Amino acid sequence: MPIVKLQQVTYHYPFTEKPALQDINLEVEEGEFVAVIGPNGAGKSTLCYTLAGFIPHFYKGELKGIVEVDGVLVQDSDLSDWVLKVGLVFQNPFNQISGAKYTVFEEVAFGLENSGVPRSEIIRRVEEVLQMTGIADLADRSPYSLSGGQQQRVALASILVMQPKVLVLDEPTSQMDPIGTREVFGVIRQMAEQGMTVVMAEHKVEWIAQFADRVIALWEGKIYLEGKPHEVLTDERLVEKGFGVSRYTTTARLALPRGLWQKERPLPVTLEEAVAGFSALRNARRKQG
Amino acid sequence: MNIQIENLSFRYPNGVLALRRVSLEIAPGEQVAVIGQNGAGKTTLVKHLNGLLLPTEGRVRIGDWDTRHYSVAKLARRVGYVFQNPDEQLFTKTVAEEIAFGPRNLGYPGERIQELVEDALQLTQLQAMRNTNPYDLSPTWRKMVAIASILAMDTPILVFDEPTTGQDAASVTRLAMIIAELKRRGKTVITITHDIDFCAENFARVIVMGGGQVLLDGPARTVLGKAEILAQTYVDPPQITRLGLRLGLAEVVCTPQEFLDAFEKQCAA
Ligand SMILES: Nc1ncnc2c1ncn2[C@@H]1O[C@H](COP(=O)(O)OP(=O)(O)OP(=O)(O)O)[C@@H](O)[C@H]1O
Ligand SMILES: Nc1ncnc2c1ncn2[C@@H]1O[C@H](COP(=O)(O)OP(=O)(O)O)[C@@H](O)[C@H]1O
Ligand SMILES: [Mg+2]
Ligand SMILES: [Mg+2]
Repeated sequence: MPIVKLQQVTYHYPFTEKPALQDINLEVEEGEFVAVIGPNGAGKSTLCYTLAGFIPHFYKGELKGIVEVDGVLVQDSDLSDWVLKVGLVFQNPFNQISGAKYTVFEEVAFGLENSGVPRSEIIRRVEEVLQMTGIADLADRSPYSLSGGQQQRVALASILVMQPKVLVLDEPTSQMDPIGTREVFGVIRQMAEQGMTVVMAEHKVEWIAQFADRVIALWEGKIYLEGKPHEVLTDERLVEKGFGVSRYTTTARLALPRGLWQKERPLPVTLEEAVAGFSALRNARRKQG
Repeated sequence: MNIQIENLSFRYPNGVLALRRVSLEIAPGEQVAVIGQNGAGKTTLVKHLNGLLLPTEGRVRIGDWDTRHYSVAKLARRVGYVFQNPDEQLFTKTVAEEIAFGPRNLGYPGERIQELVEDALQLTQLQAMRNTNPYDLSPTWRKMVAIASILAMDTPILVFDEPTTGQDAASVTRLAMIIAELKRRGKTVITITHDIDFCAENFARVIVMGGGQVLLDGPARTVLGKAEILAQTYVDPPQITRLGLRLGLAEVVCTPQEFLDAFEKQCAA
């Protein structure tokens, strides 16, 4: 039984003629980690808003089709109930800081405070997510006096701490340093292993290939390709449409006509795949030579 | 125009010591990338270049101007700064007005303003959006508007704070083209980025920051191959460089082409 179900979803923002999402059919299983890729304007954020109930409860416009999470239709739920089930990390962290709190710790605890969770449990959970998102040392700082990447970590922590059934992330690592990005992907993978359902809009294909279960490629509001990360991310049609691809894939494509990548071998997306492929070719050449 | 940073330390009012004795010199027309972990002090450093922040200790000189003695408005003639968060920067009703605001403020004649606005619209490929309200654009296009409004000020020095954030492949290519054009025009460009591949492919010089200090500063090829020092500040070498290191290539490579040439040589050896 999928926990998230979208059927023939089409959405127009108010006063627009072109749909931002068109005929989207998507089912996500509990504990699955789905990555959404696509060029700017493809509809990634709109899909995130739809899953998170901001469409239709905050953004008006016209929503057609079925949006269902955990057996409940979005139209039949209030946004305040919906957000307890589906947590959204916004694309711009500057929009997510509540402004109500003096410290990072309180900011992250904010959502839990009104939810009846006992104080000791709140403290334990907040400390845990601050650790996971790499900001334990910032607990006593003001959420405003932070660097961009630090604010983005606070935004992520304040959703993770709520332990939503479905976690929706809109480019959550866009301002994070490279190793921090990889670590956050690891944390999110771990959440999925523990049963959280994850939908994440991202550009960073190297980490998507390594951590996600499935990739949805959006283009002009439609699902253009969908499947296992490796299949989708090495599909030639991505290049034509202006999707980002891994440098490893590009390099292997350039290597093929020079005889530097074995024809029968799938193209690489990750470092390990590239190392394996180029090493194999080198060994084969040396044996011949 | 020369940039000279001498023994710069900066402490925020809350007590955070964000820069510790940073010394740097950037020559006219250089293309420099600044990388390093979140909170390393990158934004704090570049905000000193246009006087948004003033040194707690040490000094910053832009040409012959010590930033302590010139207002932000004055320094805007020499240094254009695109904020990390474009919403701190945009406030007018249309893209074209937004872009015209800077050069108008600098007191340029009307005809020149017109030229500069058209040039900036063209470089950023925003022509079709000239009459749009910046707030109706997606965050990634708003960032492009913020960039255009700085380009139009025609300063000798331009500073971009994370222009690649959230941009798709086409926009990153467009940014690379803008930077190449600015280089051709003899401008100094300083760009903060977490996109290390972009950094490797577009900048001759790379400055690595960590804990408020400069950890490394030098040619991209030298700096980006030092995996251990980079890891201290949460940076991985570029994808291609990592591949070259793993395969034990004799030289540090930064682009697919360089990798294949070096790899072919290694196979033949
Ligand atoms: N307005 C502020 N008030 C107080 N401290 C601040 C302020 N802005 C940043 N800091 C602190 O100063 C240090 C350097 O921050 P800075 O914004 O320069 O980092 P950065 O290298 O640009 O990071 P990022 O990659 O996340 O943008 C950090 O410890 C940060 O928390
Ligand atoms: N608030 C809005 N009002 C009107 N149109 C919007 C709004 N937000 C996004 N759009 C439009 O919807 C489409 C999809 O945008 P978006 O979901 O932001 O894409 P992505 O996140 O993939 O960059 C684009 O054509 C965009 O211009
Ligand atoms: Mg988006
Ligand atoms: Mg910064």
